[in-house]
Amino acid sequence: MTNTTDDDKEVEDLEINLLLEGMFKRYGYDFRDYSLAHLRRRLRYRLDSSGLSDMGAMLHRVLHDRSFFELLLRDLSINVTEMFRDPSIYLRIRTEIVSRLKTYPFVKIWHAGCATGEEVYSMAILLHEEGLLERCQIYATDFNQIALKKAKEGIYALDQVRHFTANYQKSGGKESFSDYYSADDHSVIVKNWLKTRIVFADHNLVTDSVFSEMQLVVCRNVLIYFNRELQNRIFQTFYESLCPGGFLWLGSKESLSFSTMGERFEALFPDEKIYKREL
Amino acid sequence: MTVPVLKPPAEQAPYDAVVIGVSAGGLNALRAILPRLPEKFPLPVVVVQHRGVESDGFFAQYLDQRCAVQVKEAEEKEQAVPGTVYLAPANYHLLLEDDRTFSLTLESRVCFARPSIDVLFESAADVYGSRLIGIILTGANDDGSRGLAAIKKRGGLAVVQDPVGAEVETMPLAALQTADVDFVLPLGAIGLFLANLYKQR
Ligand SMILES: C[S@@+](CC[C@H](N)C(=O)[O-])C[C@H]1O[C@@H](n2cnc3c(N)ncnc32)[C@H](O)[C@@H]1O
Repeated sequence: MTNTTDDDKEVEDLEINLLLEGMFKRYGYDFRDYSLAHLRRRLRYRLDSSGLSDMGAMLHRVLHDRSFFELLLRDLSINVTEMFRDPSIYLRIRTEIVSRLKTYPFVKIWHAGCATGEEVYSMAILLHEEGLLERCQIYATDFNQIALKKAKEGIYALDQVRHFTANYQKSGGKESFSDYYSADDHSVIVKNWLKTRIVFADHNLVTDSVFSEMQLVVCRNVLIYFNRELQNRIFQTFYESLCPGGFLWLGSKESLSFSTMGERFEALFPDEKIYKREL
Repeated sequence: MTVPVLKPPAEQAPYDAVVIGVSAGGLNALRAILPRLPEKFPLPVVVVQHRGVESDGFFAQYLDQRCAVQVKEAEEKEQAVPGTVYLAPANYHLLLEDDRTFSLTLESRVCFARPSIDVLFESAADVYGSRLIGIILTGANDDGSRGLAAIKKRGGLAVVQDPVGAEVETMPLAALQTADVDFVLPLGAIGLFLANLYKQR
């Protein structure tokens, strides 16, 4: 077995840089500041299953073949999600944040990186039960159009529903979870009335700008894929998007602790990763 | 039992990090190794242990109380520093970046596992090259053997717990089959081996 030398690795890194540059210049999707460890892993996976000889060959292919680009786009966006993920944190939102949101006459909420929509519907259910949904506008955005389409449809596999139901109950759910969907043999579809306050839209956090002033920004398990510099930039985006005193809710393993933007937010519930923008 | 002693050149330590992968039987195995490390152990140690989706920080706390080195869960974007043992948090993959900070991902399971040992080992091999020690301990699946092979491929050192005497032999056996392993050691010797690495300086 021949060893991979530091030299080989340097070349591979260079090729990856060129590949990302090529994808950006040709298609406008900017992955240059994503976590390099994550990029290496996903790109090597694609390389292994593509039959191409190296990253350089992948660059050539991606520039000439749009469908190959779409494939890479999917490889680089991880859509794993679920309803009421981290139920105890939803409980905190329900008991601590909703009452604060109620002090606003109208509430705008942005789910950035909503994937296939489970998180957004969880929020809509929670707001409905707390009597706030009718006063809310929810923006649910993602840059992955396939995921976004699924989010709009709101159709989920039946075998996940048991898990979702358990999460819902742990999150302080007050009704019967089955009130929110209709089921057939294989899947459930979210009731239409839950969708009325939600707008789904294609939005790239890296390259698109802020579009409205929010009282709450939810961005969970998206920033983990970004390097520190890009994280700082996106925290700046959220800062600009939030009203003074507005809330930012991150994933359970994400935080502002290692960010230059940390001091512009108060860690309202640090364990739950709920922050409050300075006034 | 003889514990191999690597003699590092007087000044320059030959390694920059240790990664450990363990599955079924992990608590006992880690309890036999980590308490042997001296408080100022000069390398960061990063551990992936397969465990329940819902498990929290308790495991890190438990080990921390029993070790001279600090034991904590790795946080995303945190820097890996010497004298600290980092455990992968439940339900996320843990990766190392070139600047020696941690990344987490929610990519699907690898070998049915998240965190996956392969994911950590392969990323660590990229970062540390030949200056990495990879260790596979007891476990009931074959996660980690590809990662250990990746470490060898970059010139690092591969250590596997002796399957004879391992709580579950499957994972050590799979690693021995896949990677060109440097040392096969019983549990008790692995902690000593690490502690000895830097003793004679
Ligand atoms: C792991 S999912 C998180 C889903 C949900 N927020 C949760 O925590 O369950 C990450 C999502 O971020 C999206 N994403 C990644 N980079 C993005 C970008 N630059 N702009 C918008 N969305 C992005 C991916 O497409 C994916 O759907």
